[in-house]
Amino acid sequence: MNSHGQVRHGPAAWLQTLREMPNDSVQKTLIVALAVSLVCSVVVTSTVVLLKPLQQSDIAQEKQRNILEVIGMLEDDKNMDTLFRGIEAKLVDLATGDYVRVNNIDPNTYDAVKAAANPELSIPVPPDRDIANIGSREKYATVYLSRHDNRIKYLILPVRGLGMYSTLYGLLALEEDANTIFGFSIYQHAETPGLGGKVDDPKWRALWKGKAIYDESGALRIQVIKGSVDANKPGATYEVDGLTGATMTSRGVNNMLRYWLGDHGYGPFLKKIRPARG
Amino acid sequence: MAGPTTKVLFDPLVNNNPITLQILGICSALAVTTTLKGSLLMCLALTAVLVFANGTISMIRHHIPGNIRIIVQMTIIASLVIVTDQFLKAFAAETSKQLSVFVGLIITNCIVLGRAEAFATKNPIGLSMLDGLGNAMGYSLILIIVGTLRELLGSGSLLGYPVLPLSTAGGWFHPIGIMLLPPSAFFIIGLLIWGLRTWKTEQVEKPQYQIHQVHRTEVI
Repeated sequence: MNSHGQVRHGPAAWLQTLREMPNDSVQKTLIVALAVSLVCSVVVTSTVVLLKPLQQSDIAQEKQRNILEVIGMLEDDKNMDTLFRGIEAKLVDLATGDYVRVNNIDPNTYDAVKAAANPELSIPVPPDRDIANIGSREKYATVYLSRHDNRIKYLILPVRGLGMYSTLYGLLALEEDANTIFGFSIYQHAETPGLGGKVDDPKWRALWKGKAIYDESGALRIQVIKGSVDANKPGATYEVDGLTGATMTSRGVNNMLRYWLGDHGYGPFLKKIRPARG
Repeated sequence: MAGPTTKVLFDPLVNNNPITLQILGICSALAVTTTLKGSLLMCLALTAVLVFANGTISMIRHHIPGNIRIIVQMTIIASLVIVTDQFLKAFAAETSKQLSVFVGLIITNCIVLGRAEAFATKNPIGLSMLDGLGNAMGYSLILIIVGTLRELLGSGSLLGYPVLPLSTAGGWFHPIGIMLLPPSAFFIIGLLIWGLRTWKTEQVEKPQYQIHQVHRTEVI
């Protein structure tokens, strides 16, 4: 009943009783808690759903940009989709090293990090082999092939591993011999700015160009050393300077590459596509 | 009209600054101020959260049961933070990556809950939102000062544009490495507080303990 003595019905009446209810009654406490959670969850979910397409296209664009950047094909004035046309994403079964097609997996949108967290799509890395500290490794990885005149020119491999504080996410571009490094980039990390953060410094990245990964016998040789490389020393072609003041980050990069280029990572795949040496 | 409104809006800038006087929100002030751009984005995020949190909480202030009021406030704040974070990820993906976890941590920023509890639960919507805006501006002011100094002295640039010619590129300026590390923000904020309290002596806190002076009359 309201002040005029009329009986109200429906939601209006219900609201009226709610307003008059003492704030600290159990009923009102429950109703307010429920209403607040309901409204908040609707607001949060609708924002997430509405903004998702925008965020995803951002992520996809960034992925393309990173790939183009590592092979030096990024041009600001050209459309990214046009530039990316010559690049093909392919799925590789890391255990066998073969290209595979898997139902429900589109290599272009496949998220390796997500797959690594899914027990059905990943295998645990034995602790003694887990130098990159990734815990579990996806069964399938996406590699990107950049073709020129119908021949594979560059091979781009996504890699990741623990640096000092953060997981480093990188791309390694190899030349057509699947052994010579063309470019290396770390596109996501949270290392100390100015020290380990220099993993994305262009000067340091330039040191990687031309380095070789495997020697003639096929043994994994590439490594990041402490200090700078003596260019006259035999084996200098397999070594890269460590970052000054960032021993842990340099070690992280070293371990990451040695894991991903080893037998447990892309090793079998690279072995298959590497031209036989006479 | 000018009285309470201006006071609510501008007092938190200098006289009652959340960082330098109330010493709140220090954690994020240390973490995100390595670059000016990061600082600006963080200010924007905090302003949005603070204004709308104060507004929403003030709107339902007569109906929040006393025994669950903190939880209700936290739920509203947390939702607003997630919404803000999503917007940043959609429209400023690059910089929001630098801010990483610290946007999410606005939830635990004492300024937000502090203003909600101290002001928004007792004042009308308009005034509460102004109070939120004022405090956000106070926070932003300090963040922008710290961010400017750290980026300028640590990397010789502002907003990513080179300002001081670096010695590595043939100039005269040697970047000060520590400016890029969190402790430098502590030093800068400490110096700011020192300067501010020398200027406005009423902000100096009274010593909490004083060695008791024995007077002759008490001995007897």
